[in-house]
Amino acid sequence: MSILRDAGLILGKDLRLEMRTRVIAGQVVPFGLLVLVLFAFALDPDRRVLSEATPGLFWLAVLFSTLLALQRAFEVEAGDGVPDALRLSGLDPAGIFLGKVAGLVVHMLVLEIVLLAGVTLFYGTTPHAALLLVVTCLAATAGLAAVGSLYGILSAGMRVRDTLLPLLMLPVVAPVLISATQAFAAAYRQASGSGWRWFGLLVVFALLYLVIGMVAFESLLEES
Amino acid sequence: MNPLFRMHPDGTASRASRVFGLVLLVAVAVFLAVALVISPPDSGPNASENSMGDLVRIMYVHVPVAVACYTAFFVTAVASVAYLVRRSEGWDLLAAASAEVGVVFTVLTLATGSVWGHIAWGTWWEWDPRLTSTLLMLIVYIGYLALRGAVLDPVVRARRAAVVGLVAFANVPIVHYSVDWWRGIHQPATISRLDPTIDGLKLFALMFGMLVAIAVYVWLMVHRFRLEFVRARLEEQGLDTALAERRAEAETASGANPVTAPKGAS
Repeated sequence: MSILRDAGLILGKDLRLEMRTRVIAGQVVPFGLLVLVLFAFALDPDRRVLSEATPGLFWLAVLFSTLLALQRAFEVEAGDGVPDALRLSGLDPAGIFLGKVAGLVVHMLVLEIVLLAGVTLFYGTTPHAALLLVVTCLAATAGLAAVGSLYGILSAGMRVRDTLLPLLMLPVVAPVLISATQAFAAAYRQASGSGWRWFGLLVVFALLYLVIGMVAFESLLEES
Repeated sequence: MNPLFRMHPDGTASRASRVFGLVLLVAVAVFLAVALVISPPDSGPNASENSMGDLVRIMYVHVPVAVACYTAFFVTAVASVAYLVRRSEGWDLLAAASAEVGVVFTVLTLATGSVWGHIAWGTWWEWDPRLTSTLLMLIVYIGYLALRGAVLDPVVRARRAAVVGLVAFANVPIVHYSVDWWRGIHQPATISRLDPTIDGLKLFALMFGMLVAIAVYVWLMVHRFRLEFVRARLEEQGLDTALAERRAEAETASGANPVTAPKGAS
């Protein structure tokens, strides 16, 4: 299982980087909370609209923060000759991909916990059906991280990366936004039955892009 | 040399594509005559279940251009996979040419659909599953073209574009299903279907329209492909010319060996 070992190495590296620089904890998570506050300014001073729209606003905040986390995650792979070092390291490209995905998933799950606390506090919504909420977060995050890592390495090192990455990624992850929002809405309405179907779609999405990423990562990594 | 590359020195046309273009021009004229004038309106005893009257004529354009845009993106996906396997320039150029023509046809699909919706539903835009997923598809391929425009190195561009071309197409069914389910929650069914049961001259207009639309796609795509091919040659040559000029400059400046490099090879 050299793929998993290689993925573990990359994951460990990314977590150590975060421990030392605190970019996610110090910048991306506060940004996510800021988005929640801005939604409140844009929508409604009393909480009715906010609490109704909580699932969608939550996942939009996650999506926007993910873009920042992604730019951070692939900025560190683009400079200081890292692309060459990665190619020379002998690590399995599929392993590198899975490692990057795993690192992003860990960062984003922390972000989602904070944002869930945020919507509960600011929007006055009480989460129900905890199991559905948790597995939806896991599946949606895996899908987002898989697409994100694929497009992250694709646009890494490009001068127009910051503008190109959202344009490439957001329409592709639109099904994640739809499915995760619907699953959350079902959980908040205490009608988790219909939510499981959306969870199924999230799992299919995540698996599809994990496979595409593992196959395609090699050809994206070999270039200069 | 491949016959596809054999073209007139002053343009992207060849004898074959000129004849093809002329035939196509006649076919488009015949199609418009049949679709807009000769075929009967969708009313009376032979009407479809929706009885759309003259409105049905938009369908003869809308459905064929939609078929052409899916064809175009399918070709892009196949060419992208072929590029990842074979790594030859032709597949990359084919994917690029097809995607660009596909974007044009997608815009036409949305525009004609919107006009139809304005008359049939009373709104220019409806969050109908098909409209929504077509719009998302359009944005995905605009992103594909943006990526192609942003990478300068042809080999790097080809590789990255091939991955995006593959992902973009894999995404089409997922978007379709998720949007379908999404709308299914809020409304029982689409307000009015765009594909009623039809027969006779109406069916002919629709089928002939599809044939013409795909032929127009092929014609545009062939020219776009040739243009892209010539541009790639120009890029290569441009670099060589610039190198030769710099070399000549250096030699003139040092005064040792005046101008041996081919100057003005452009």
